[in-house]
Amino acid sequence: MTFQALAATHNSALFMAGIVVLLLTATLIHTVLQKIHPQKNFDDLRLRTRSWWIMIAVLFAALLGGRTIAIVFFALLSYLALKEFMSIIPTRQVDRRAVFWAYLAIPFQYYWVADAWYAMFIVFIPVFMFLVIPTRLVLTGETQGFIKATATIHLGLMIAVFSISHLAYLIALRESTNPAGGNIGLVLYVLFLTQFNDVAQYVWGKTLGRHKISPRVSPNKTWEGFLGGVATTTTLGVVFAGFLTPMTALEGAMAGLLIGVGGFFGDLAMSAIKRDLRIKDTSALIPGHGGILDRIDSLVFSAPLFFHFIGYLYY
Amino acid sequence: MSYRDWPKIVFFALLARPLVLFFIGLTVHHRERLPRHGPAIIVANHNSHLDTLVLMSLFSLRDLRRVRPVAAADYFLSSRVRAWFSRYVIGIVPIARGGAVEHAFDDCDAALRNGDILILFPEGTRGEPEKLGALKKGFYYLAAGHTHCRIVPAYMYGLGKSLPKGEALLVPFNIQVAIGETFVLPENATEATEQLERRLLDLASECHIPADHNM
Repeated sequence: MTFQALAATHNSALFMAGIVVLLLTATLIHTVLQKIHPQKNFDDLRLRTRSWWIMIAVLFAALLGGRTIAIVFFALLSYLALKEFMSIIPTRQVDRRAVFWAYLAIPFQYYWVADAWYAMFIVFIPVFMFLVIPTRLVLTGETQGFIKATATIHLGLMIAVFSISHLAYLIALRESTNPAGGNIGLVLYVLFLTQFNDVAQYVWGKTLGRHKISPRVSPNKTWEGFLGGVATTTTLGVVFAGFLTPMTALEGAMAGLLIGVGGFFGDLAMSAIKRDLRIKDTSALIPGHGGILDRIDSLVFSAPLFFHFIGYLYY
Repeated sequence: MSYRDWPKIVFFALLARPLVLFFIGLTVHHRERLPRHGPAIIVANHNSHLDTLVLMSLFSLRDLRRVRPVAAADYFLSSRVRAWFSRYVIGIVPIARGGAVEHAFDDCDAALRNGDILILFPEGTRGEPEKLGALKKGFYYLAAGHTHCRIVPAYMYGLGKSLPKGEALLVPFNIQVAIGETFVLPENATEATEQLERRLLDLASECHIPADHNM
């Protein structure tokens, strides 16, 4: 048992080390490129990589800090994401109180996670907050803009809190089911596959992209990028299934497919939200990347999809 | 740096900056336009008590001791605790409201001569949330007396939502601050207020401000 627990950490630790090596390689490549082409400007690439270092450092520290610290980390991530969402949508002065209640949902939602109270975790925001927000708004007495306020505030909760809390719940699952990767392994699996899916779709699109897939929402996305990315992610899903999760190769392929397709539509949905609001980035918090919501857009769809897939199969 | 600066540095390092940067959240447009040396006056729009903390959080802890908000003596020095906090933690320059005009700026003049960076809200009051009120002429008379004093306009958006006048509940929304280029003082006070108002509204258009539902 002790040995198994150690072994589980071993695979996840090895995987984390692999990510660090990947980042080192990226840093090395753009440093060398800058040396070879001193007249070209690699500032954007350097800024992006530096931000990746910081994000990875914070994430890994949180994951290695143990269950409680990891859950608190995802709660803080939800807070920053929700604040970003509330700041970019139009709100009326009377919405302040309802927005306050939306923030209050975060500690509750993550308490259900820490308590592993699945039934409450899964209904709290879709049911109870769905009742709380319009109730608070009705008490203000202002009816003009009521539908938009109710809908946007609740959408923010679903995106920033409900979806993201699924990542935290992976940590609260029964540890013994996944001796290979431990619960951190599940989080690493969905995080890495989702982020790598973004990169793979971008690279495939840049090299082979011809046919636009959604010109009005996101003009740079192509069918070639989408299909190449999903194929890559499906392959990676197989490769890391046995290493980080209890899944078989076939299940890993299905998980990779779900994450690839889900991530794509999560990204697209956030792009549509930004187009609707006529903004480019959700904030400037992460240099080279934009805001928190710009970074987690794909995860908003892929995290709950993966959670319920693996939950159905194993928990 | 003297021991008298420590209350200010500790307060900003441990409380004000984490509150502004993490809990509320801040995006700065053109941070490089901030003055690093006095004498300078930052003229900003005013929506909330937190405006001062936000503007002061833009400065490094090292420069902070030079940054001093101009604040109404009748309010900020009204009780002993508030006066201690205002003077030694925030480092306000008190100004008498409604008193004799000729000596109203004496403390401000002394601070500028000392090379400080003053923060001034020409609206004089917080007013309606996220609406720019009429500007008073005081900043013109103060700046006109100092030939080498830089005037830097700053526009803040968001605190009128987070903590507007008359509300005690802080609801976090990201703030945006746009720093303007140095404002060159025109011939007379009326022109100064008109031009500054235009500059502040131009800066407002650099912030992304979500449209109101009801419009």
